[in-house]
Amino acid sequence: MAALLIPFMSIAANRIVAGDSVLAWRVASPVETLPGVAAIVLGLALGVPAGRHYLRLGGALLGLGGLFWLLMQGAPALLEGADSAYARVSPAMGFCCLLLVLTLMMTDALTQMAPGPLARAGLLAAVLCALAAILWSGALAPLSIFQEYASRQAQFADAVLRHLALAFGSLATAAVIGFPLGILCYRRAQLRGSVLPVLSLLQTIPSLAMFGLMIPLLGWVGDNLPGAQAIGIAGIGFAPAFLALVLYSLLPVVGNTVAGLASAPAAARDAARGMGMTSTQRLLRIELPLGLPVILTGLRIVLVQNIGLAVIAGLIGGGGLGTFVFQGLNQTATDLILLGALPTVALALTSAIVMDILVELAKPIPKDTA
Amino acid sequence: MKIGLILRPLLVLLLLALVLRPEWFLPLFAPLAPQGAPAIYARSSLLSLSLSHLGLVAAATLAATLVAVSLAIFVTRPAGAAFRPLSRTIANMGQTFPPVAVLALAVPMLGFGAGPTLVALFLYGLLPIFENSVTALTSLPPAAMEAARGIGLNRWQRLLRVELPLAFPVMLTGIRLSVVIALGTATIGSTVAARTLGEVIIAGLLTNNTAFVLQGGLIVGLFAVLIYDALIQIEAFLAKRTGAG
Repeated sequence: MAALLIPFMSIAANRIVAGDSVLAWRVASPVETLPGVAAIVLGLALGVPAGRHYLRLGGALLGLGGLFWLLMQGAPALLEGADSAYARVSPAMGFCCLLLVLTLMMTDALTQMAPGPLARAGLLAAVLCALAAILWSGALAPLSIFQEYASRQAQFADAVLRHLALAFGSLATAAVIGFPLGILCYRRAQLRGSVLPVLSLLQTIPSLAMFGLMIPLLGWVGDNLPGAQAIGIAGIGFAPAFLALVLYSLLPVVGNTVAGLASAPAAARDAARGMGMTSTQRLLRIELPLGLPVILTGLRIVLVQNIGLAVIAGLIGGGGLGTFVFQGLNQTATDLILLGALPTVALALTSAIVMDILVELAKPIPKDTA
Repeated sequence: MKIGLILRPLLVLLLLALVLRPEWFLPLFAPLAPQGAPAIYARSSLLSLSLSHLGLVAAATLAATLVAVSLAIFVTRPAGAAFRPLSRTIANMGQTFPPVAVLALAVPMLGFGAGPTLVALFLYGLLPIFENSVTALTSLPPAAMEAARGIGLNRWQRLLRVELPLAFPVMLTGIRLSVVIALGTATIGSTVAARTLGEVIIAGLLTNNTAFVLQGGLIVGLFAVLIYDALIQIEAFLAKRTGAG
């Protein structure tokens, strides 16, 4: 593990700002940079000895602290040094590499420590709070990505809400359609044989093509069905994006519902039948509770997938964070791309971790005691 | 599966016609194009776009397979076992990164063109293949491994003659997942100026030309469905063979 980290150190510790790249210890006056550089070096050194998880975790946190300290000190100092009012400061490769290495260190330490679900929820909350505190404090405001944000504040909030509406709304719709369909498929093998292959074919259609194919379809519906346009069904915009996401969500929901219901041990099912439970009672009291972890896993897949796919909605006028990504790509404005991409990644990661915790909590009995 | 026997050749023919003779579909697409705009994409040949699209996917998947399988072999040997939990966590978390975001994040570092697309496809393709290969290599039937050791095969021979052939069907599932994702991501790659079939759809979206959107969407969709289906058939065939042999 140590061998993995060492080669990174030499390249990574060097520069922090792109354009004219600036070395880490030159971003501000030596007095200000020294604690940051020292913290990073010390943090990395603490991570080197394998087997000491707490030490490695502490090192990673210390290093991350140093990294952000440098960023906060460096940004205003460099801007002051630049004459032009349009000067932009942004983190460069060195920052990214260090961030990657330190996050890996932290993940590795956490994986080895294997915290329980509640501890993980606490950790996640702590990380999110720390992130929020750094963002709210305004210490990073001079960075270019936040200047990009400052000029689009209202739009940004709008886009995040729209993104969440797309991802969660389609998840809810897919669940409403998918659960009954899954239960039906579970009961009738014939139906399962024809529904699941169709859904998995839907899943393979590339997202851009799917969004594209929805446009003429919904455009036609909007033009020909009275009242459809009134509730917002049209060729471009929210409706086609939403429908495409629902279609993508059906396979994981239906497939995992079937797999989850089938995962109830035969003994439990037999016992329930022996007690004289009707098939509805068996479903509600035995098969659903026992299958819950698998069903929730399906919802996790859908949520993570939809948060990612909702970015593409930006291309067909569906709004969301994708709007910034594609605007940024058109204008070759890196910071605008990041403004769209980074929150998406953060959303996806957060919801993945939260769903993982829920899945673990839903597991009735730990395997080793059963 | 009887429907498949008729449907498959039909879809292949439809795809070939759409790519090679797009003008046949003029009456179908014409009503969808705005007044005076062309209904058939002619800015570059659909064949060359298809080839470059598939080439990108093939190159990225091939590279990803080689790297991911080597890594999986490494972490399942005693020497690399220490890396296994971390690498699994990375593979797991990495897959929650949206492919579009990977593509978008690659642009600032690599610029526009086929480069970032190839890198995004490669990086993203690694994860499912790696995950499936590790699963396959760690869940081999113990009896077969014992027998291989018993007849005196050394480590290399066991790897090449027993472990890899037995693990191959599951690895192939990973490769299929990765190909499907790569096909989709390559389509979006045209927003960063890679030459792929996404170009047709994007051109249609930018000029409000639904005919282009439909044309591009149909071709990409058909490619994806047919390739996915072909890989499933190969998997089923291999599974049957390893099961029988």
